[in-house]
Amino acid sequence: MSIVIENLNYTYMAGGPYETQALREVSLTIEDGEFVGLIGHTGSGKSTLVQHLNGLLMPTSGRIMVDGLDLADKNTDRRAIRRRVGLVFQYPENQLFEETVEKDIAFGPKNLGLDDKEIDRRVRDAMRRVALDYDTLHERSVFELSGGQMRRVAIAGVLAMEPQVLVLDEPCAGLDPRGREEILSLIRNLHSECGTTIVMVSHSMDDVASLAERVIVMNKGQVFMDGVPRDVFSRGEELRAIGLDVPQAVQLAEKLRARGFAVPEGIYRVEEIKAAIEAIVGKGEKHA
Amino acid sequence: MANMDENRIVASHLSYAYPEAERSAVKDVSMRVKKGEFLAILGHNGSGKSTLAKLFNALYVPSEGTVWVCGLDTKEDEHVFEIRQHAGMVFQNPDNQIVATVVEEDVAFGLENNGVEPALIRVRIDEALRAVNMSDHALKAPHLLSGGQKQRVAIAGVLAMKPDVIILDESTAMLDPSGRQEVMNTVHRLNDEEGISVVIITHYMGEAATADYVVVMDEGRIAMSGTPREVFTRVDEVRRLGLDVPPMTDLAHMLRADGVSVRADVLTVDEMVEEVCRLSSKI
Repeated sequence: MSIVIENLNYTYMAGGPYETQALREVSLTIEDGEFVGLIGHTGSGKSTLVQHLNGLLMPTSGRIMVDGLDLADKNTDRRAIRRRVGLVFQYPENQLFEETVEKDIAFGPKNLGLDDKEIDRRVRDAMRRVALDYDTLHERSVFELSGGQMRRVAIAGVLAMEPQVLVLDEPCAGLDPRGREEILSLIRNLHSECGTTIVMVSHSMDDVASLAERVIVMNKGQVFMDGVPRDVFSRGEELRAIGLDVPQAVQLAEKLRARGFAVPEGIYRVEEIKAAIEAIVGKGEKHA
Repeated sequence: MANMDENRIVASHLSYAYPEAERSAVKDVSMRVKKGEFLAILGHNGSGKSTLAKLFNALYVPSEGTVWVCGLDTKEDEHVFEIRQHAGMVFQNPDNQIVATVVEEDVAFGLENNGVEPALIRVRIDEALRAVNMSDHALKAPHLLSGGQKQRVAIAGVLAMKPDVIILDESTAMLDPSGRQEVMNTVHRLNDEEGISVVIITHYMGEAATADYVVVMDEGRIAMSGTPREVFTRVDEVRRLGLDVPPMTDLAHMLRADGVSVRADVLTVDEMVEEVCRLSSKI
């Protein structure tokens, strides 16, 4: 299931004193099964863009096609689209409200009018995917859980809708390193094991470098770069010019090159820079 | 009692249990924040680090042990306002701590509550906003500011009280990278130029790496402490405590596992560059 965006423009508070054009002429295609990292400075339009992917925001002009269906078309069942494109907002745990973990995750499937057996299957399945133990946790109040667990309950609520595309807006914001790693590995698994298409908005270049197959960089409401991580991160100067960082491995590679060392172009992962350093200084003697 | 000329905050055998909690959130912690020191407190969620911060400015009162802030015992009610003036706190969510509809009125809030005379309030507001580089926004409505700017206004509100210590409880957690950098630059400058002690509670190892001293909390106790170099070099131990190490320290650790003799205590990209230069010149 692909998402095709054509000449998308979006203006907030059109006609008012704070009128802001958040998106300008954005055209993109997100293919089935891709893992897209979406990056950009605050205010670059990335959150506005992802809210268009399931029709939460409607274009001021331009077109969004999900699985061949035009979201603006009155005959398109927008609710059906929202089932297929799940959106996890920033700080999604702020939207938890039910008495128990199970009820909160079941809320979406229940609204779909599914029978109890199917709802139960989906709740158990979603909890398993986010690594929450059903037996010990399903009757607990969500408000007794840790921050990382609450976030996983919120994500499970979206997964219980069994979306084909999962869009996550800064899924790791505010979590501690362990919580971050848990969320990242569950996203990685959803993509590799279930083939879910992932669009992940992130401020962490290192997270994007380690997960995404394609990186889209937004700036001032436009697509500034779009390519594989290797190509995008090799344009460090341009990224810094729009207020973004590059992964530390890239910074190190750039600085070593500036000192005259032969470091291959396109390096962006820690393992790659490690190999490059070992090629320069030679691996040491390991004492057996 | 410890010498207060050199110490801003002293905690002695400090324990704290939340009402009706079975276990203490903070257990037998003894530590101090020295005059002019930049201290980072790390720990995974639930490790007790935020509770500790709240004990540092009398938001919580110890169940056992004592906290002295600039020589004042936080258990004594009559000291509470004075303590909060000495040790100001900035919280995580920029939207939850701004009370006024105009930036400068927000900065004035604490001063007005303390009955500072209006002419002096004016002077203090101007100084505080200048110190956080927000003078140009003095008359703006806070909701029109970025997250980083809002946090700098919150810092200005604390600064206007002329504190000896500023405590930042995950104050950069909800900010984007440039907002985080703005806040860190601001507190480092206040630390360097005005000698204000800074305590940051953070999940970002890069921020902790810029501190003078790091304390790692686990299960309510101090699990590790030392300079960032001393702490982060113990990569495996840090990971066991649910934390990261800075990416370059991690790289150094991996290189050493392969027998490359880089220093174990590399923290930054520039230090790694120097190490590679040093090793390659030996060949």
